[in-house]
Amino acid sequence: MLIEQYLPIAILLAIAIVLSLIVVFISRIMGPFRPTAKKLSPYESGMTPMGPAVRRFPVKFYLVAVLFILFDVEVIFLLPYSILVQDLGVYGLITVSIFLTVLTIGFIYEWKKGALEWE
Amino acid sequence: MLTFSPVSVSFFIMALFTIGGGLGVVTTRNLVHAALFLVLSLFGIAGLYVLLEAPYLAVIQVLVYVGAISILITITVMVTRRLMGIEETYNRQWPIAAIISGLLGAGLIALVVAQFGALTPVADVPVDNIEQLGRAFVTHQGFLLPFEVASVLLLAAMIGSIVISRDV
Amino acid sequence: MSDFVIFLIDALVKSLIIVVSLLTGFAYTTVLERRVIARIQVRIGPNRAGPFGLLQPVSEGLKLFFKEDIVPNEADKVIFTLAPVITAVPALIVLAVVPLGSEVTIPFLNYTTSLGLSDINVGVLYILAVTSISVYGITLAGWASANKYAMLGGLRSAAQMISYELALGVSLLVPVSLAGSLSLGAIINAQDPVWFVFYPIVGQVAAAIFYIAILAETNRAPFDLPEAEQELTAGYHTEYSGMKFAAFFMAEYMKMIAVSAIFASLFLGGYRLFGLEDLLGGWMGPLILAGKVVASLVFMIWLRATLPRFRYDRLMSFGWKVLLPVSLVTLVLTWVVIVLELIPVAL
Repeated sequence: MLIEQYLPIAILLAIAIVLSLIVVFISRIMGPFRPTAKKLSPYESGMTPMGPAVRRFPVKFYLVAVLFILFDVEVIFLLPYSILVQDLGVYGLITVSIFLTVLTIGFIYEWKKGALEWE
Repeated sequence: MLTFSPVSVSFFIMALFTIGGGLGVVTTRNLVHAALFLVLSLFGIAGLYVLLEAPYLAVIQVLVYVGAISILITITVMVTRRLMGIEETYNRQWPIAAIISGLLGAGLIALVVAQFGALTPVADVPVDNIEQLGRAFVTHQGFLLPFEVASVLLLAAMIGSIVISRDV
Repeated sequence: MSDFVIFLIDALVKSLIIVVSLLTGFAYTTVLERRVIARIQVRIGPNRAGPFGLLQPVSEGLKLFFKEDIVPNEADKVIFTLAPVITAVPALIVLAVVPLGSEVTIPFLNYTTSLGLSDINVGVLYILAVTSISVYGITLAGWASANKYAMLGGLRSAAQMISYELALGVSLLVPVSLAGSLSLGAIINAQDPVWFVFYPIVGQVAAAIFYIAILAETNRAPFDLPEAEQELTAGYHTEYSGMKFAAFFMAEYMKMIAVSAIFASLFLGGYRLFGLEDLLGGWMGPLILAGKVVASLVFMIWLRATLPRFRYDRLMSFGWKVLLPVSLVTLVLTWVVIVLELIPVAL
């Protein structure tokens, strides 16, 4: 049964979660608790905090995340082939090369359009 | 039959995560919390895949949906301040929507129960099916054409994302 | 006792051993780091608490227990508390699929078991999936703090980690292709005579890229941009105090240990060392693995003491324009080499 392989991982996960929760709450229990308004205000190098912390961010961050998803999917497509490289021989290599070539075109486009530049 | 075995107990825990996460997504007003409930729900689905003896699908589910797509959603939601804490949850049409979705849900459940019965055992799946998947991807006996077309789809997505982000 | 109960106890004991060794490892890696860096900078380092400063982590841990736990006013309380948990959990569970040794028989109980929690047949993917989750902890910590430094640090590190994750994933496929399996046990067995790092060109390049990528994933120098103190104060954990801060610190060091063990298993033969792993009834295996992990940790510390921090734009270009293309070329080269049977491949 497959569950015999995954139940131990679930047990480890449960232990990890319980342990992390203990760690996170231990200071609350054992440490002092004397909040003041100054102490609880956001740290801004000693100045009075100005404006909200969440501001507009460059669209670049969003673009990086989208490109990451695409390449991540590519890696996943290549994974099942990876364990069969020798079995499938030249034939498999050619079919995968076509797949990779198409994506390389995208990568070159991305590069030339400056999507990989951080200014 | 409903019996208490490790599998059935795990199934109910995973189902709880999936449905609870889904409920959280639609009920919370904080968008970042909603995104995190979505992650919980996706984790539940990954657990269900493991119980269906499809571990490859389960880890892919975590890797792509939790590790990539939901990160994109979370980051996007985080930096859009104006969408935070929307006060109005219901509009005037909510009773009609509730009735229609309730009927649809009931119909779906009735259909599934009528078709598949309460609980039927899953078909025997070979545990080590990644090799078959690999063979299916890159040979013409399998799904070679869809596999190659997928690369074109990814290319289109790549170009599209660059075009959109540069126009803004 | 029924088989199922024995199975549960087996899993529970192994899980506890993994968690306890990671925690102990974390405590002593901090001492190791401070002592080694001190030596490199011609200082002595902490040596007062206990012999050779070995009680230093205990005293520091106890101190943090009794520190005030501050939750900023504008912070999202729930996520602020959850973020350290989300960061620490992946670090604790990633070792689940790594075999720590071959089979051993426990004396007195006459019970034979394999060392390692569960060598699942998608082990490599499990590692990728778990590392991809750890992006959440840092990003959410930055957002939940409602602090400009933390927010910027969190976003930066999210972009950094996902960028380097690609190179990590692609270079991971090289040992997978060479071994023809996704299970770490099979990958270690495939390296029985020759470690993958000794395979000409492809092995070394893949190992180098993988190592660089794990440095970036664990936010170690020279990739410790998220906590670049000159620009971002303490980055994503600026607002954290007490044991919540310690949880981030703990996660970083436990991740260092875990990824070192994974690196050793993928490229350096894991717990195997020319048959020496069978000595002491199989108990030598974990010791060999631990030796390789310590070597890797010392190397990471050495890098931190030597290299200056990357500039952020260069870091991103390096990940996308150097590591990703080079790793893809290496992967294709590996496939060509395997198909043309230029090197012996274990199957």
